[in-house]
Amino acid sequence: MAKIVSKINTRSADFVENAAHMQAQVDDLTAKIGQIKQGGGDKSRERHLSRGKLLPRDRVNALLDPGSAFLEFSQLAAYQVYQDNVPAAGIITGIGRVGGQECVIVANDATVKGGTYYPLTVKKHLRAQTIAQENNLPCIYLVDSGGANLPNQDDVFPDKEHFGRIFFNQANMSAQNIPQIAVVMGSCTAGGAYVPAMADESIIVKEQGTIFLAGPPLVKAATGEVVSAEDLGGADVHCKTSGVADHYAQNDDHALHLARTAVANLNRVKPMQLNIEAVQAPAYKVEEIYGVIPKDARQQYDVREVIARIVDGSEFDEFKALYGNTLVCGFARIFGYPVGIVANNGILFGESAQKGAHFVELCAQRKIPLVFLQNITGFMVGQQYEAGGIAKHGAKMVTAVACAQVPKFTVLIGGSFGAGNYGMCGRAYDPRFLFMWPNARISVMGGEQAAGVLAQVKTDQLEKRGETWSEQEQAAFKQPIIDDYEHQGHPYYASARLWDDGVIDPADTRQVLGLAISASLNKPIEDTRFGIFRM
Amino acid sequence: MTLSNPIDVKKDCANIKRSERQMFSKILIANRGEIACRVIKTARRMGILTVAVYSDADVDALHVTMADEAVYLGPSPSRDSYLVADKVIAAAKRTGAQAIHPGYGFLSENAEFCRLCADNDITFIGPPVDAIEAMGSKSAAKSIMEKAQVPLVPGYHGDAQDEAILKQAADDMGYPVLLKATAGGGGKGMRQVWQAGQFSEELAAAKREALNGFGDDTMLVEKYLTQPRHVEIQVFCDNHGNAVYLFERDCSVQRRHQKVIEEAPAPGMSETLRAEMGQAAIKAAQAIGYCGAGTVEFLLDVDPSTGRSAFYFMEMNTRLQVEHPVTEYITKQDLVEWQLRVAANETLPKTQAQLSIHGHAFEARIYAEDANNDFLPATGTLNFLQAPTESEHVRVDTGVLQGDEVSVYYDPMIAKLVVWDENRDKALQRLAKALSEYRISGVTTNIDFLYNLATCPAFVEADLDTGFIEKHHEQIFHNGPVQDNQALADNLVMAALYLVLAKANTANKKALLSSDSNSPWHQANHWRANEANKQSLSLRPELGNSDDTFDIEVEHLNNRDGDAATQAYAISINNGTVIKCQGSLNSDQLLTTINGYRSEASVHINKTSTDDVITLYRQNGAFNFTQLTPDLGDSDSQTDNGGLIAPMNGTVVSVLVEAGTEVEAEQALMIMEAMKMEHTIRAPHAGTVESVFYQTGDMVDGGAELLSFNVNEQE
Repeated sequence: MAKIVSKINTRSADFVENAAHMQAQVDDLTAKIGQIKQGGGDKSRERHLSRGKLLPRDRVNALLDPGSAFLEFSQLAAYQVYQDNVPAAGIITGIGRVGGQECVIVANDATVKGGTYYPLTVKKHLRAQTIAQENNLPCIYLVDSGGANLPNQDDVFPDKEHFGRIFFNQANMSAQNIPQIAVVMGSCTAGGAYVPAMADESIIVKEQGTIFLAGPPLVKAATGEVVSAEDLGGADVHCKTSGVADHYAQNDDHALHLARTAVANLNRVKPMQLNIEAVQAPAYKVEEIYGVIPKDARQQYDVREVIARIVDGSEFDEFKALYGNTLVCGFARIFGYPVGIVANNGILFGESAQKGAHFVELCAQRKIPLVFLQNITGFMVGQQYEAGGIAKHGAKMVTAVACAQVPKFTVLIGGSFGAGNYGMCGRAYDPRFLFMWPNARISVMGGEQAAGVLAQVKTDQLEKRGETWSEQEQAAFKQPIIDDYEHQGHPYYASARLWDDGVIDPADTRQVLGLAISASLNKPIEDTRFGIFRM
Repeated sequence: MTLSNPIDVKKDCANIKRSERQMFSKILIANRGEIACRVIKTARRMGILTVAVYSDADVDALHVTMADEAVYLGPSPSRDSYLVADKVIAAAKRTGAQAIHPGYGFLSENAEFCRLCADNDITFIGPPVDAIEAMGSKSAAKSIMEKAQVPLVPGYHGDAQDEAILKQAADDMGYPVLLKATAGGGGKGMRQVWQAGQFSEELAAAKREALNGFGDDTMLVEKYLTQPRHVEIQVFCDNHGNAVYLFERDCSVQRRHQKVIEEAPAPGMSETLRAEMGQAAIKAAQAIGYCGAGTVEFLLDVDPSTGRSAFYFMEMNTRLQVEHPVTEYITKQDLVEWQLRVAANETLPKTQAQLSIHGHAFEARIYAEDANNDFLPATGTLNFLQAPTESEHVRVDTGVLQGDEVSVYYDPMIAKLVVWDENRDKALQRLAKALSEYRISGVTTNIDFLYNLATCPAFVEADLDTGFIEKHHEQIFHNGPVQDNQALADNLVMAALYLVLAKANTANKKALLSSDSNSPWHQANHWRANEANKQSLSLRPELGNSDDTFDIEVEHLNNRDGDAATQAYAISINNGTVIKCQGSLNSDQLLTTINGYRSEASVHINKTSTDDVITLYRQNGAFNFTQLTPDLGDSDSQTDNGGLIAPMNGTVVSVLVEAGTEVEAEQALMIMEAMKMEHTIRAPHAGTVESVFYQTGDMVDGGAELLSFNVNEQE
């Protein structure tokens, strides 16, 4: 394979400045995540522990194989979305290994508002299930939740992608032999009761887990019957009388041990359809990405410098290197897995879009996973390009990306604007995973452009009335728009709303992609059938 | 030296009836363990066939496999096998062995057996019957030695009890002296007298005590040895009137009259004294018409007033001693070969003039015993046994292999570690190093104790006497809680690194078997998104009586280039300072660099029914720990309100209660005997005995439930 030779001077002032800039963003990210990982604050953590329960993250650690990685999703979910502070949307989701098998873990955090489901909690839970379904990964639910967050019930309960979908997914995944295992470690009330009830196997912790359709207060209100939570739906009831739960656990650790036992008996085999080779570290340090990415997002750089710091041995066999060169396509390996890489190196032209479509077809045909490195301001505009059919060329690329059945992985490493987002496998194009770097921005167009467009519209209106406005007035008009776009295009804003699966440290890109690709291989890669390519 | 004028030497040693100077073609070794193996080695080298004997417990023992033939004697207890003279003789006759080597212990100093050999026309490789009998009684031995003018501890044992007579005796032998009640015991009626002026006063006090204590104030006066050393002389005599001494061994370091570390030559021994003692030993041997290998034990004392050394006869051992290898090392002789030659009626291989001392040797006796628990003998399976590599400097005499059992039936000695070098300092270094390399799991051993002993300053300075271990108790028993913080931290870090590396190795192995062998999911680095890759471990080290657990946090420092060899860790103990380290684990060899300090260890895991005890064998000793696993509730654990467990393998000697007996807390319920010691099983609380599972005479495995017990609820 051809090795990318880096032209970056890691001692240059630019590099050092860029690196410091990225470092600051990464530091901010880790500080925020560090805060979020504390869950619902010291008091509720202490209360939780005083009941003999493990904290949700410790539950996940105890469930996973010792030393296993945990690819956590959407740590920033619900960040600054609600009046209430709902760290991680009160639910921890991710992929980890249990008994050598990659599993999706969904763990309620009862220290956050009693583990109740806010709208984004539901969205995060459903997203984890989608990941499980798309990648054929067993699901383990560590349930400790008061159910729907009642003040937000209208955004939680009724719609298609709301609470009910959780159980719909459980039923359908179970049907596809994607095992569903529930561990009841706290309340499981009302709708929540269906998580263990719908599970293939369920485990309940004595004197701690409860499952009932209606809790004691509701029962008393409805029928006048007075009953304790334990007598109504505790482990003894469900393991000895009702049969709602299958395994009786003495405590949290025991329950997680039983869950591991359940996974050990799943008899799953990971199909391997890829030709793999020995892993090689990149020839250049992954951390150097910090200095590669210009501090000023508008400044152009060669995306091959990023690829060289992600792929095995920095080896990259480029496809159509001399054609449509604002899109870089080529074959490489990540952790020995063959991948096709599609990366932006400027604005998309007709040629680049056609090249991209061709390359995606190649990968789909050969069943090679695709990695999209997005840094796109959009397709080229203007009379010449419209006349050249840029819309149909863009459509070809979008068709190819939309239909390709190989696992797709998208990393937003810079801008993600307009139709460029579609052609580069944005969220709507069902990449198996989508991650953002802290420097990335996502919106229908850049803030400057949006402000410019709106200012132009206003200028036109003013001109019709024979009026003009000063440069200062224009600037004052534009600034709030630019600020808004900056705010809403920020990865934290995006991640808070589950537009991605998480904001990652650029230096972790290789690791995250490796974990994601490996997890995706649990699902056999299917044949692709493309739609009509407009010629 | 060959005595030119031997005194009263019997020309025909009792058992020599065969024609002169014909080496045996086959011998039987009436022993087991290391000494049987030791004898077989020499015999084999000399082209002599060997016959082993064995009991039930020794069916697969090393000495049985080493020998050319082996004969079954009987059940495991030695009184039913190794001590049954008739069976041993029958075995010799059946196999046509011409001679029997008795080793030490068992039948080696049994005159009856010696006679039986003679009666059956089998050569007993040892001294004549008379000599065995003469030395069998200590008092008789002393009077023979007195006659032969071998120095005895001076004393007055007369009937005349006038103060003047007693004082005269004391003045004659020189102070200090010891006044002892002849009826006495337990220190009562015993007084030290340091000066003539105090004699009357102390005598009166001693007499008063004796009268009160025993109703008899008869006193004896003995020379009081303030710091006696145990120095013994190896002698050898043949049937032709030749006798030599192969110099001395210092066996002062003893505990409960059992030798712990022996050395040769004795430190600080002048040539004159050595010759004097050697001559005295030969005189002693010849006084009883000795033949073969023998050891004359002396007490060596420095007279505090004159500074002169004096030695006194204690006893003579009429066999090959356990500690003979140190003599072999410094004389470059094979004493078993000498024994065989002498028994075959040959002359001694060397004259006194041809013998000289080369360098210095130590022997440490590796025992299965718990030095921290009053040397309680230990039993169990040697599931890991790694001796130091043998060389010209290191010799390991052993009779066991990895996987063997140390049973209750026999002496729990596992091996003798013998080292040699040019001088004492160098040899002692060799000893410490070899001890640190001796690695045993499954059975508690005294290796750490020996290491502490060998490295304690007083031992290094050869400040020896028979009270050495009591005197330096603090220095020797310092393992455990006194382990300094730095060493403990290093051990804990190593332990944590081991666990992490073992996990990574297991993961790698699994990865190779997986279809998805490259997957980063195989990495056991606890990777987490946007946070440190930290994992927590709880360790409980075995630190003597401390039961502390340590919470250890291991951070896998980012290693994005993926080279496992450069993986670094940051480890903190109980949230203390962060220690940077690296390590590698190659099967059971752990190599670590902790804050720049490189060291290595061998690791062994001892799987017990409850948990895995992991041992790190390091240069400075072994470190045992368990990793605490999560508490999975008590659903399947045994009820602990009354099971009483046998502390070790042994025999029930007496059952003091029966089902239904009401007992008080601490009341004795049952007595077990194991390793010649009695263990009383006591009630942990007041309660009622529910049932008794064993009867008197039953053999019990360690850990077996002996009886069940109901605790009184009101307790």
